[in-house]
Amino acid sequence: MKRLLIRNGRVIDPSQGLDQGMDVLLENGSVAALGERLDVPSETRVLDAAGLVVAPGFIDLHTHLREPGFEHKETIESGCRAAVAGGFTSLCCMPDTNPVNDDPSVTSFILKRAEQIGLARVYPVGAVSVGLEGEEMAEIGEMVGAGAVAVSDDRRPVTNAQLFRRVLEYARSFDVPVAAHEEDLDLSDGGSMHEGAVSSRIGLRGMPTSAEEVMVARDVLLAELTGGRLHLCHLSTSTALDLVRTAKQRGLAVSCEVAAHQFVLTDEDVAGANYNPNWKTNPPLRSAADVEAVLQAIYDGTVDAIVSDHEPHHADEKELDFSDAPFGIVGLETAVPLALDRLVHGRVIGLMQLVRLMSTRPAEVFGLPGGSLREGAPADVTVLDLRALRSVDSSTFQSRAHNTPFSGMRLKGWPAATIIGGEIVWQAK
Amino acid sequence: MVVESATALARKDVVGISQLDAGEIQLILDTAEELLDVAKRPIKKVPTLRGSTVVNLFMEPSTRTRFSFEVAEKRLSADTLNFSASGSSVSKGETLFDTAQNLMAMAPDFIVIRHPNSGAPHRLAQEVPASIINAGDGINEHPTQALLDAFTMRQHFGSLEGLKVVVAGDIRHSRVARSNAFLLDKMGAEVRFVAPASLLPLEVEELGVSTFLRLEPALEDADVVMMLRIQLERQKRVNFPSMREYFDFFALTPERLKLAADRAVVLHPGPMNRGVEIDSLVADGSQSLILEQVTNGVAVRMAILYLLAGGPSEAASDS
Repeated sequence: MKRLLIRNGRVIDPSQGLDQGMDVLLENGSVAALGERLDVPSETRVLDAAGLVVAPGFIDLHTHLREPGFEHKETIESGCRAAVAGGFTSLCCMPDTNPVNDDPSVTSFILKRAEQIGLARVYPVGAVSVGLEGEEMAEIGEMVGAGAVAVSDDRRPVTNAQLFRRVLEYARSFDVPVAAHEEDLDLSDGGSMHEGAVSSRIGLRGMPTSAEEVMVARDVLLAELTGGRLHLCHLSTSTALDLVRTAKQRGLAVSCEVAAHQFVLTDEDVAGANYNPNWKTNPPLRSAADVEAVLQAIYDGTVDAIVSDHEPHHADEKELDFSDAPFGIVGLETAVPLALDRLVHGRVIGLMQLVRLMSTRPAEVFGLPGGSLREGAPADVTVLDLRALRSVDSSTFQSRAHNTPFSGMRLKGWPAATIIGGEIVWQAK
Repeated sequence: MVVESATALARKDVVGISQLDAGEIQLILDTAEELLDVAKRPIKKVPTLRGSTVVNLFMEPSTRTRFSFEVAEKRLSADTLNFSASGSSVSKGETLFDTAQNLMAMAPDFIVIRHPNSGAPHRLAQEVPASIINAGDGINEHPTQALLDAFTMRQHFGSLEGLKVVVAGDIRHSRVARSNAFLLDKMGAEVRFVAPASLLPLEVEELGVSTFLRLEPALEDADVVMMLRIQLERQKRVNFPSMREYFDFFALTPERLKLAADRAVVLHPGPMNRGVEIDSLVADGSQSLILEQVTNGVAVRMAILYLLAGGPSEAASDS
């Protein structure tokens, strides 16, 4: 009998509306009991959580693990180490590997590697189309059978509206959401940052907000037509979020996520970075008004999940010029502190809403276990220290990649321990 | 507006007009005026940069800018190394860091860089101890072109202040337009950008310019009309339909030039597309200062090299 008692923490569980000082007993991989001053059975390991927050394990709906195929950027192992060090107990990994995860054998490979590593729970996202080419539908049923929890051609928007319509329809038979990176590639036209006054000033080609918005509008209409489950990845513009707000009011099965860096940085930060590609990401860092709109959408419940949008790249790739360097920011080890610092300490939302956006809702949206500390739920717990004050130091990252714009940024509120299946897999020093 | 000339260019690099203040711009223009005389001597050379090495790193095709820099460097007695590469093949594989390391192995004092990517000179400037001079980066800046344009305007009118300057053409992809906007705004001139909206950057008015969608209204009272090269091959026929239509609506013809002030002059950074953005009668007409621009380009580039090398300790009158 394996037991862990998390003692005296402030337990926050949106699934039960719980915000209370109490103990949590984990037993054999499940939550066994919640209560004040629980009796400790013999042979129970005790974690003192006095002064700390105890929440159901955080789930990242948007990670790129890069294995198989791009192990120089990240591996399933290094990505999982980064996840648990960043306070995540579960992550969903995108299919843009090599080979692409458009086949159940790749799905199985990822799950097998993750099991061998035994850190974070890994949930593969299968491809929408064969080879992410946007032409033929991938074997969605077979991939779901092998363990895929959603399908997406993330990074490669499905420009063929007919294919996307049919995928929304077809995926209903397997009850998985279709996740979409929304970008009209003709409109983004080779741009490398947000298009607006700042791109006009610093002379970089811009990607207009409409590149994202026209695709969100198209796909919301297709979700209505098909009754499919549409999940919109890393939204970044005011109008895109308005479209989601309206879709939800009309009762459509539409959900959305925002990446942590999208509520912290703006295109002015790109200008301040002297063309350093660590500030280059897609969707791009938007205007201050868009960041305001993202915060509003987090506050009013339009947003379902806050994600890392972890996109590791090798240092050599990010040494290229801004226009040539690949898009992406690593996020697994900064998303939680950014959210605690900016959203909770920044008084945008309370802790309950934060835990809802990083655990309970993500579990619901992708239909994953977890997101709750009810008795019988998986023994996955994220412990947070709201008072910890530290600077981001990319040299200590567990990720293989260091492409972050947050180096040196002082943040208040950090993960303190990560518990998966009742085991403490990571603890702050 | 009274611009006090700076006494020295206290900086390592000239990567853009946006980093310079009005006093520094004034100093460069004043210095160029003194150096203009060098070209009139029987021996067109001063020893200012004797023993200094300049690398001309051109990662994008260029003839006039590269020649202009080379002439400027040779008139200052510098040793020059030329490295040219046709954009994509070389630049995309090698990281800037590698480029910087390789260059520094040759211990240059100056690197003149032309690069297809915006910001490349700015990042190179952070990596290497040599002085970086931007000879055009992507769609961002072309500071020496803006300085020679300003020099030419000042030479003709005596001052930049209050001049009404029309810049017409593919503004969205033009580093010349951007550097001119920064410079002219800092020096108290009025800038009017002219292009169909498909060739204008978004929210470009925040640079302190006004925008016009047709050429005619912008030309009213204009003192300077600067036409930019139109490259249809870059446009994929999405931004405007044809050269013929461009000429019909946006080219500077003798009739349209009459709408400008009587004293108006015409500039073009070159190379010109005669019959596309500019009528030959205008290009070769009495109001054209296009060849003066070329002559002045050498003096402005000499001035920048001279000032970055340490400035007025050695007088330009050495011979």
